[in-house]
Amino acid sequence: MTAVSPDVSTDRGAAVTARPGGFFRDVLSVAGRAVRALPREPEAIIPALLIPVFFFFVNTGSLTDLAESSGAITDFKAFQLPVSIVFAVTGISRAAALVTDIQGGYFDRLLVTPIKRPALLLGLMVADFVLVILLGSVVTVMGLLLGIRFETGILGIIAFLVIGALWGLAFAGFSYAIALKTGNPAAVNSAFLLFFPFAFISSTFLPVEQLSGWMQSAARVNPVTYLFEGLRALILEGWVWSSIGKALLAIAIMGFVSFSLAFAALKGRVAQR
Amino acid sequence: MPCPVTARSYCGLMTTSGVAIEAVGLQRTFGDKVAVADVDLSVASGEIYGFLGPNGAGKSTCVRMLATLLAPTGGQASVMGFDVATQAADVRLRIGLALQEAALDDKQTGRELLALQGRLYGLTKEEITRRIAQVTSFIDLGQAFDDRLGTYSGGMKRRVDLAAALMHNPQVLFLDEPTTGLDPISRTKVWEEVRYLNEELGMTVFLTTQYLEEADQLADRVGIINHGVVVAEGTPEALKREIGNDVIIARVKNPERAAEALRAVPGVSSVDIGGSDITVGSANGAALISPVAVALAEANVQVELLSLRVPTLDDVFVSVTGERIADAAQSTENGTN
Repeated sequence: MTAVSPDVSTDRGAAVTARPGGFFRDVLSVAGRAVRALPREPEAIIPALLIPVFFFFVNTGSLTDLAESSGAITDFKAFQLPVSIVFAVTGISRAAALVTDIQGGYFDRLLVTPIKRPALLLGLMVADFVLVILLGSVVTVMGLLLGIRFETGILGIIAFLVIGALWGLAFAGFSYAIALKTGNPAAVNSAFLLFFPFAFISSTFLPVEQLSGWMQSAARVNPVTYLFEGLRALILEGWVWSSIGKALLAIAIMGFVSFSLAFAALKGRVAQR
Repeated sequence: MPCPVTARSYCGLMTTSGVAIEAVGLQRTFGDKVAVADVDLSVASGEIYGFLGPNGAGKSTCVRMLATLLAPTGGQASVMGFDVATQAADVRLRIGLALQEAALDDKQTGRELLALQGRLYGLTKEEITRRIAQVTSFIDLGQAFDDRLGTYSGGMKRRVDLAAALMHNPQVLFLDEPTTGLDPISRTKVWEEVRYLNEELGMTVFLTTQYLEEADQLADRVGIINHGVVVAEGTPEALKREIGNDVIIARVKNPERAAEALRAVPGVSSVDIGGSDITVGSANGAALISPVAVALAEANVQVELLSLRVPTLDDVFVSVTGERIADAAQSTENGTN
């Protein structure tokens, strides 16, 4: 019944010693903070959900009869669902929060810690992945409720979500590059402009073969065209690996470019300039 | 003296020996603009060193260099024996930094912020819990600890920022203008906490301030920095003693004529004009006050106020950055060479 262990809660002798946290723990720490922030910023998430839902109903509402009667598309709702998921996940990033950190000095506070520098960005991307999967799920469930069926079944639904999310992540690299390069919120907002050529100079409303003149040529070099094809294959055709492979390749190329820019910008930002 | 890695947790407790911060010819330019021209520093372990200077004097730039956020463009600096440019990772483990504007994240609660800080310094879950209890025992974070930081007052944010800088039990604490913009009560509270950290925990503190009183109250030693150069350095007492033991302040209608008359009074060591106030330095002010009054009367100067007090760092500042800045710069040079 003798209490031998001293109370360590206020014992000076038990003082802690700082040490590097380790790469994975650093990533998880940054991600944890970013994920916690998500539900605390409904003002950022609600528009991200409204936009794809809005476009889905406007596009299907105005074009279904025309598209299906032309014979080019058999199920226009299913044809439009990939557009919705791409609209939902494109432009989602913690870049605006990152700029707030940079401007407010919290980024400096993080830089004074022994944190592994790439974790500053990778952690945010983990949180982005969580959010784009969530947003993509909402859009997908909406599609299923509207009677859209996946030829590829439940596994296809998962693939649909993951491919959509990977695209979102690949695109987020551009926002991070701008955020880290400029530290300017207006510049980060303008990253949204990149979305328009990618999202609309493509087979957004019609199959690429139906597009006319320059639009068709431009759409053929737009990675989003291949992304749409892969996602549409999952719903309408089945496991067409040539289409799915091209979609993944398009994402990989985009991701390589955007992540190269983002990590180069990070390197510049964390250098003791 | 570099801190041996095996004993680093004890180094923070050293109060008598060892150099915590050292800088030689430290320099930083931004393009053509010289922010820090040439700064030499030697801060002992366990010391509170105050960097006093007006806005734009180069204080923050110095702190950012010492805290590894900014590379020097000239000269060298080390903290606990590690070079701030080439051994930044080693420096980071040993320092805590509280920035000028409390650098926080409005979306996190105070507790979350401190826990994240602990994780990034490699603390275990148990250590983080224990450390939050320790830190909050000497930094008063009040009731709002589990509220989001966006709801905190300015003074509370400053203290959370200070607590965050302390989570990993650093040996050297950098405070960049810790009380700028705070009300007097919050300011006093921060002072008490900084004193506790230094006296009870043996932490070396390097603080910058534009408040003379803050440097006077807190710092063991003060460096006065102006235009990127340290123009005077010493204990507050020694700096003030350079002005004289006492100062007589005379507020008069025509200060030029009064100053001329006062310079002729035997026992006067210095006469500075600042607006309508004349500051008269002397070794024994009480003995001098009646000769001063007589001299002013004989010079036919109308006196609005005549008072005797001990010098403040304010008087030092006027004397080193005012008319006699060249003399002051020269004496600093002699002192450091």
